Amino acid sequence: MTQELIQLRDVTKTFTVARKAGRVRRRFEQVHAVDHISFTVAQGTMVGYIGPNGAGKSTTIKMLTGILVPTSGQVRVAGLEPSRNRVELARRIGVVFGQRTQLWWDLPLRDSFDLLRSIYRVPGARHARNMAAFTELLDLAPFLDVPVRQLSLGQRMRGELTAALLHDPDIVYLDEPTIGLDVVSKAQVRDFLTGINRERGTTVLLTTHDLSDIERLCRRILIIDLGHVIYDGDLPTIRRRFGDERTLVVDLEEAGPPIDVPGAVVDRVEGSRQWLRFHGHQLSASELVARVAERVRLVDLAVEETDIEDVVRRIYLTGRS
Amino acid sequence: MVETLAVYRRLIGARIRSQYQYRASFALFSVGQFLTTFVDFLALLVVFTHVRQLAGWSVWQVAFLYGLSGVAFSLADVFVSQVEYLPDHVKGGTFDHFLVRPRGALFQLCAEEFELRRLGKLVEGGLVLALACGRVGVHWTAARIIVTAVSAMSGAVIFGSVWVVGAACNFWLIDAREVVNSFTYGGNFLTQYPLPIYGVVLRRILAFVVPLAFVSFFPALYVLGKHDPFTSLGFVRFLSPLVAGATLVVARLAWNAGVRHYRSTGS
Ligand SMILES: Nc1ncnc2c1ncn2[C@@H]1O[C@H](COP(=O)(O)OP(=O)(O)OP(=O)(O)O)[C@@H](O)[C@H]1O
Ligand SMILES: [Mg+2]
Repeated sequence: MTQELIQLRDVTKTFTVARKAGRVRRRFEQVHAVDHISFTVAQGTMVGYIGPNGAGKSTTIKMLTGILVPTSGQVRVAGLEPSRNRVELARRIGVVFGQRTQLWWDLPLRDSFDLLRSIYRVPGARHARNMAAFTELLDLAPFLDVPVRQLSLGQRMRGELTAALLHDPDIVYLDEPTIGLDVVSKAQVRDFLTGINRERGTTVLLTTHDLSDIERLCRRILIIDLGHVIYDGDLPTIRRRFGDERTLVVDLEEAGPPIDVPGAVVDRVEGSRQWLRFHGHQLSASELVARVAERVRLVDLAVEETDIEDVVRRIYLTGRS
Repeated sequence: MVETLAVYRRLIGARIRSQYQYRASFALFSVGQFLTTFVDFLALLVVFTHVRQLAGWSVWQVAFLYGLSGVAFSLADVFVSQVEYLPDHVKGGTFDHFLVRPRGALFQLCAEEFELRRLGKLVEGGLVLALACGRVGVHWTAARIIVTAVSAMSGAVIFGSVWVVGAACNFWLIDAREVVNSFTYGGNFLTQYPLPIYGVVLRRILAFVVPLAFVSFFPALYVLGKHDPFTSLGFVRFLSPLVAGATLVVARLAWNAGVRHYRSTGS
């Protein structure tokens, strides 16, 4: 049985901000950071929550954790109302804000974990078991005794993830957990999250600007812009709807004019190499290759999927128009 | 409760360890705190080289007020005054972290900013109080001892509440630090002297608005066996714990309302 662990119904968050108007006068303006959002997240899923800067992602997460009180609408997480039952809910959730640390800056990493253990009242045996598991999975051992302020970004992020998960939360919110990480650290973080989700059934809600995170981790994505959810679905569907175009790259025996072939358009020509754009659901790649081969002599070829970045950029743009 | 205390001990332990590297300056600070406040007390003694009495209060009676007020104030200073740093945590975004953990945000904030050096003033206040108790020339019945002890605690609660209410203003982006300081640091000074020396407006404020008169003045009337110049209602001198309870409720409401009004930061 799947259970809706997170529920938002018609949720709004409005900030009143002062804008300068003239020298001393100030005008007050309403910013609708989150504007009538509704969605649910079933237990055990990994959801990517994406959108351009200022879309309202962090604001949503802050309402889900009880940091911010919604202006209107209803939020339920694990059956609780976050802003009213914040302390009770806190035991069941973990949070990583990629931009800042929740670790004790001047103390060895290990001390932060000990402090969190007592703050969260985690039984000693369970703490030891989790520590052993995370130390292995995230390779923490080399820097457990190093003060947090001396850790590299990647090391610190591994510490943050451990800190957010040591008390076995049902849900973990990750607000840009891979920001600034190199490819190796990113891969490590992603593998770790996949493992946690699979083995412990932890529900994960993840925001990121790195869409390859989403590609690797999340079956479902929610796209938000200007406070509205503009897309909610899975990645294959989104590709089909917004980014079905693929590109066939061919190397010819000799340079020539753009190939004229039905079902494809030549995008670019560079010497003997040509790029042909075509619609994936109208024409299969092999069919196109066959058609091209009838017309010219091929040396080499490759099919490129449209970059997910492109797809999402297109969605952001249509959402705003 | 016991468990919460254990967490508190661990948190301030961590805080002290992270300041350990500045050990020398820590020692200097504590001694400095002790000395500055001790100079305060010397000033009081100097006043009494010119006058025998202040509004009918002898030097050791005023010293009793001074000590009682000092202990109450510095208890609040040691354990609660850290709320002053709330704006830093709001701006730095660390307040968000307090809110996502299963402990009170105020509790975490005060533990996180704990400073051992504030103990210097507590020691000084305690010494002066002990000295005054020996010299005021009253017979120390159990009731007097209990009223003194309870007043010190109540006074600490009253001072602490003022700090919390003032800090809570920050949630509405109101910087009330100056006003708050005049009732905490300033209030500490005010409560070192007998109430009759102040003008009527200030007296009313201290009795009814920011009830600092209950920190030291009213309980001292009982302990020192003095006549109450303002009211014939004898129970007023025992009201401190009730007044402390009331300020605590106000502080709690203000803080909770503030947290619900908290808007975090945009990035
Ligand atoms: N505390 C605040 N006070 C005023 N305005 C705010 C506050 N927090 C967020 N906002 C505004 O609300 C909108 C949404 O911000 P939010 O931080 O939720 O965006 P985001 O999707 O997380 O963006 P990013 O990808 O840049 O992190 C923005 O216009 C932002 O300026
Ligand atoms: Mg954000």
